[in-house]
Amino acid sequence: MQVKLRVRRFNPETDSESRIETYDVPADPMDRVLDLLHWVKWNVDGSLTFRRSCAHGICGSDAMLINGTNRLACKVLVREVGDQITVEPLRGLPVNKDLLVDMEPFFASYREVLPYLVNDDPAPDTERRQSQADRERFDDTTKCILCAACTTSCPVFWADDEYFGPAAIVNAHRFIFDSRDQGAAQRLTVLNDKEGVWRCRTTFNCTDACPRGIKVTQAIQEVKRALLFRKV
Amino acid sequence: MQRLGTLYRGREGMWTWVLHRVSGVAILFYLFAHVVDQALLNVSPEAYDRVIDTYRNPFVGLLEIGLAVVVIFHALNGLRIILFDFWSQGVARQRQMLWVQTVLFLVLAIPPVVAIGAHVVEEL
Repeated sequence: MQVKLRVRRFNPETDSESRIETYDVPADPMDRVLDLLHWVKWNVDGSLTFRRSCAHGICGSDAMLINGTNRLACKVLVREVGDQITVEPLRGLPVNKDLLVDMEPFFASYREVLPYLVNDDPAPDTERRQSQADRERFDDTTKCILCAACTTSCPVFWADDEYFGPAAIVNAHRFIFDSRDQGAAQRLTVLNDKEGVWRCRTTFNCTDACPRGIKVTQAIQEVKRALLFRKV
Repeated sequence: MQRLGTLYRGREGMWTWVLHRVSGVAILFYLFAHVVDQALLNVSPEAYDRVIDTYRNPFVGLLEIGLAVVVIFHALNGLRIILFDFWSQGVARQRQMLWVQTVLFLVLAIPPVVAIGAHVVEEL
């Protein structure tokens, strides 16, 4: 089959505004959108710029706006999106070139929520043990691959780039509700900021966008409720 | 510079959020006008009657229908959003809650629309 692939392109050295370029790409219904981008890059225009690393849905490099929703290009099959495919860079982050966005604002928010174990007790000789139920409590939010699909699907984030965004809150949630961690109060203080969890307007775009199926809105609401009821 | 491209294809959650915003702004504008016309009672009953009399036309009738619809939507959707925060099952049940909200909306919105609509038609 032939796919009409429309790509929003932008070259910072020559363009003042982005433009749409259309490519006719031979494809199999089982091809991934990433394969189409590769075909263009390798056969038509080597300057087409996008990020990808593992190409198997785990490194989180190739999140992009595909036919109007944030998806990983390496996980979307042509048969799922049809023969008219529009690919654009993630929204709300500065575009460096073509589909390549500057992820730094995203990672800056991530770093602010202390996304690592905080525990001042002396390290035990063996593991820090935890019951299965305690491990289950935050299981969903351990799946995050930091692809930014959720954060850049959020209408609040598009309008307000100071907002921490869903991904940072998900990664705070992963430690706030971990029984081995002692930094919950610190993280909750960070997220109680006016640019923290209260910016969330529960549009559920993040939950729909997450390629790992994380219930992102649920996680954000759990953090809000931990703040509301002072209970972790 | 990045330009806004295609519309983001959000689902119910995003569109009810958009409608909530739009209806909120619409209600705010109504309140401005409403405060002004009610304040005319402080001027004189005749001034109030004169202004209210200018509302007796089909165009304002349609605006009244719109107002009823918008207020009912905004109120019900607002309750759903409050439940996201205060009911632990709120987020998990968001789709079912939207169905309940839609049914309640129709039940509550149809009577005023019919009543005001009939009034508008009578006045024609």
